[in-house]
Amino acid sequence: MSNGKSILVDVSRCTGCRGCQVACKQWNNLPATKTIQTGTYQNPPDLNGETYKIVRFAEGRGEDQKPYWNFLSDMCRHCVNPPCIAASNDGDSMIHDEATGAIIYTPKTAEDDYEMALEICPYKIPRKNEKTGALTKCTMCFDRITNGLIPACVLSCPTDAMRFGDRDEILKEVERRVTELKKTYPKAKAIDAADVRVIYILTDDPDKYGEYVQA
Amino acid sequence: MTNHWIDIQHSDCILIQGSNAAENHPISFKWVLRAKDRGATVIHVDPRFTRTSARSSMHAYLRCGTDIAFLGGMINYIISNDLYYKDWVVKYTNATSLIHPDFGFSDGLFSGFDDKNKKYDKTSWAFQKDDEGKVKQDTTLADPNCVFQHLKKHYSRYDLKKVSSITGTPEEDLVKVYSTFGATGKADKAGTIMYALGQCHHTVAVQNIRTFGIIQLLLGNVGICGGGINALRGEPNVQGSTDHALLYHYMPGYLPAPTVEQPTLEDYMKRVIKTTKNEQSINWGGNNGKYAASLMRAFYPNGGTKENGFGYEFFPKLDAGQEASVMTMIDEMYKGTVKGLFCVGQNPCCSLPNSNKVRAAMQKLKWMVHVNIFDNESASFWKGPGIDTSKQGTECFLLPATASVEKEGSQANSGRWMQWKYAAGKAPGDAISTGDIVWRIMTKLKELYKEGGTFPDPILAANTDFADEKGNFNAEKVAKIINGYFVEDTTIGDVTYKKGECVPGFALLQDDGKTACGNWICSGSFTRDGQNLMRRRNNKTDPTGLGLYPEWSYSWPMNRRIVYNRASVDEYGKPLNPKRPLLEWKDGKWVGDVADGAAPPLAEKGGKLPFIMQAEGLGALFGPGLKEGPFSEHYEPLEGPFEKNIMSGQRISPVIKHYNSDMDKVANASAEFPYPMTTYSCTEHWCTGAFTRWQPWLVEAQPQAYVEISEDLAKEKGIANGEKVRVRSARGSLEAVAMVTVRLKPFTCGGKTVHQVGMTYNYGWLFPKDCGDSANLLTPTVGDANSMTPEYKAFMVTVEKLKA
Ligand code: SF4
Ligand code: SF4
Repeated sequence: MSNGKSILVDVSRCTGCRGCQVACKQWNNLPATKTIQTGTYQNPPDLNGETYKIVRFAEGRGEDQKPYWNFLSDMCRHCVNPPCIAASNDGDSMIHDEATGAIIYTPKTAEDDYEMALEICPYKIPRKNEKTGALTKCTMCFDRITNGLIPACVLSCPTDAMRFGDRDEILKEVERRVTELKKTYPKAKAIDAADVRVIYILTDDPDKYGEYVQA
Repeated sequence: MTNHWIDIQHSDCILIQGSNAAENHPISFKWVLRAKDRGATVIHVDPRFTRTSARSSMHAYLRCGTDIAFLGGMINYIISNDLYYKDWVVKYTNATSLIHPDFGFSDGLFSGFDDKNKKYDKTSWAFQKDDEGKVKQDTTLADPNCVFQHLKKHYSRYDLKKVSSITGTPEEDLVKVYSTFGATGKADKAGTIMYALGQCHHTVAVQNIRTFGIIQLLLGNVGICGGGINALRGEPNVQGSTDHALLYHYMPGYLPAPTVEQPTLEDYMKRVIKTTKNEQSINWGGNNGKYAASLMRAFYPNGGTKENGFGYEFFPKLDAGQEASVMTMIDEMYKGTVKGLFCVGQNPCCSLPNSNKVRAAMQKLKWMVHVNIFDNESASFWKGPGIDTSKQGTECFLLPATASVEKEGSQANSGRWMQWKYAAGKAPGDAISTGDIVWRIMTKLKELYKEGGTFPDPILAANTDFADEKGNFNAEKVAKIINGYFVEDTTIGDVTYKKGECVPGFALLQDDGKTACGNWICSGSFTRDGQNLMRRRNNKTDPTGLGLYPEWSYSWPMNRRIVYNRASVDEYGKPLNPKRPLLEWKDGKWVGDVADGAAPPLAEKGGKLPFIMQAEGLGALFGPGLKEGPFSEHYEPLEGPFEKNIMSGQRISPVIKHYNSDMDKVANASAEFPYPMTTYSCTEHWCTGAFTRWQPWLVEAQPQAYVEISEDLAKEKGIANGEKVRVRSARGSLEAVAMVTVRLKPFTCGGKTVHQVGMTYNYGWLFPKDCGDSANLLTPTVGDANSMTPEYKAFMVTVEKLKA
């Protein structure tokens, strides 16, 4: 019995180019959000009903007073035991696909309690689409991965910061990479690897990347 | 690039200076990070902490426009700490060559400066020669007139303290960078340099890159796997455009543009054919006459005769000493002397310096033809901000062109790979390729000139044989002319090539009119029977295991993947670095990469030196070809924060051209404009944004012009992050959103605090409506004396709060 699929996001390889952010919009036919420059590279400022993926930009000074600039390509973690589904009031508004492990929100989520879904998600992922009322988020590119393709965001990454594959393989790779990175970055670690399918490897404290990076 | 993208992974130390590689050449970081995985150190030197710095092992700040001081300090460090690769330097560079005893340097000027005409008499920049005309050598490097001693003396002035006070880089950061990169001066270590427009956009651009050349020659990092000097070129096809001479001072294949001082082909040949008395030098430049004759043959197949130099006499020539760069073209347009403009795939009203002047100059045109895939600020200059359209008299034509993916043809990547691509889709409406546009216009011109006109001969003689059987423009047919063909049956050695066959390599080109070739460096991209090698896509075959993939596309010259590769072996042809053997002389022939010339290695009979493009065969530590001098020297940008240059009494490059129109105001060391500004592009937009600003997902990511400033400056000025501010230079001003960031920091330079600021030039007034305008409203009209690349990367501005 297969253990489903997983995505590895290795931030030590991410250059913050946002190819993934744009690829997600392109594949999912999502409109651009009207944005303005607010003094950061992060735009749209947050996930929204028409944005399933954004790169978060977090900057500051490290202990050595030198600047750091961290990039986190944020998306639904496709939890192994998704609390959002557990909390949805309609049994089939959200689908947990058995073969891949992907969590898919259907248009029926329009009936679900948005506040609740957002509240219960440890990573604050779900959003409400203003036009349809449905809850939205990353689909793990379900239409691609069930047709022999890899997710659009993973495909677009120029530096192999993201990888997609069988969960067992990805978990092995996570372990190997964390060990390797620890030599240079003692704080390197994988985030919530046992509980999520989208596994981030960070090289610094999680709060140096964003607010809801870790459960 | 001397090397190619994939090769970066083999480097032990990567110095990225004058490039924001991660942002502007995102794919480069695939290879940079692979090198890092293998243990390489990645150094980023830049006025800002960017997405490149974030992924590098270390980052050092420097004030914009001070690269030569930074790198001059590195040369000094390498020499005084004995880090140079001595054997290699003695064997393969001109370190041992003796210079004319009159050569010297004093207070910022080399010997021979003519103050009145602002140029050098280069007589004393020559080598000493013996009775046979051979350059005198001292292999002990002790002679005070040898290149090495001059080099040592020249750069000994760049001590840490002085360098730090110019660049603003803390001394400990300098030492860290110098010692790390300097550690690659060993046979089994490779250091590479990645640079881009951050080096080219200065009044000292070419000398910046010369300084890299000196460093890499001292460390033996040229011609080797994982080494080299790698100019990053990208989607705008800069590699292809320079190869094919989209510059006024070159013809295709880097042959210099003829001037009226060479009225005949014979005169021109005298100018371009290089000679040497050193029998160990291949001196490839000795062949330039063949390339020039074949080029003319390709240009003028229908009227080029032996008598008129195969059409050379038709070919337009520069006036003696004429400088005809785009900046001068705009200056002349502004004066009213240039009356018509063909503007193809460019957006000069946003991309050229001092855009207010460009925009004013455009209004003086009688006509303009603009060829592009979208409307932009130049095509629509006549309805720009502050312009009374009803008063505009310029007749404008907008010709819709196909985008790069909608047409067939070759595109040269940074690693000199000419990759053939197919049209991925049909272009909308009437759009056709630029090649097709030029061909149709030229064909029509010919038709009209057949009826008569002033001097119709050159037009009628010009090559327009670019159509297939159906009468459509055919890119592959043009590519074959570029590759070269035999004009008549020709016997070379014991092979007879038939008329019309492709020339399978530039070694076969002739100077007697028997071959035609549009660009000698591309010769070999077709086989004799017309197979297009640029189409090749074999990504499996990698005989060296070093990622050369010789059957993937075609890499000029002669499918060589790393140029000067003979420098990677010793005099017996054995690889100097056995871990990464690029080339080896085995059983009387070279194996590995395509060797730089078939001649045997140095110690064998008839053995040759590695630097085949240099007349003497040696790497040029001393390079007398440039306008400023044979070594590099730090000069301040045209506009800088100081009255004086800390290095000498010569503040700016002594040989740059100054523009004096009423729109060319300059403000050095001015209290009104106290902040050095550097300009750049972000990942999300492309050049002036003329393509990307029409793309909603990219506009969403980078919607409006922004100016990056440090927290200290923001505090001093009371500016909050995200607040709209005014940025002003002596030439123009614009509004932008302030991005207050820890990634910029003030410098301590020359004993005072200098606030570095930076801005993208990705925006324009046309679209989207509220995105801002081009940073080039601020930049000065001034450029490098050799290349005329504008100084976009260092000038002075002020940043002001908007009035409430
Ligand atoms: S990350 Fe949030 S939205 Fe995604 S599956 Fe987990 S709980 Fe649901
Ligand atoms: S997996 Fe697909 S839907 Fe999810 S973030 Fe990536 S591109 Fe978007």
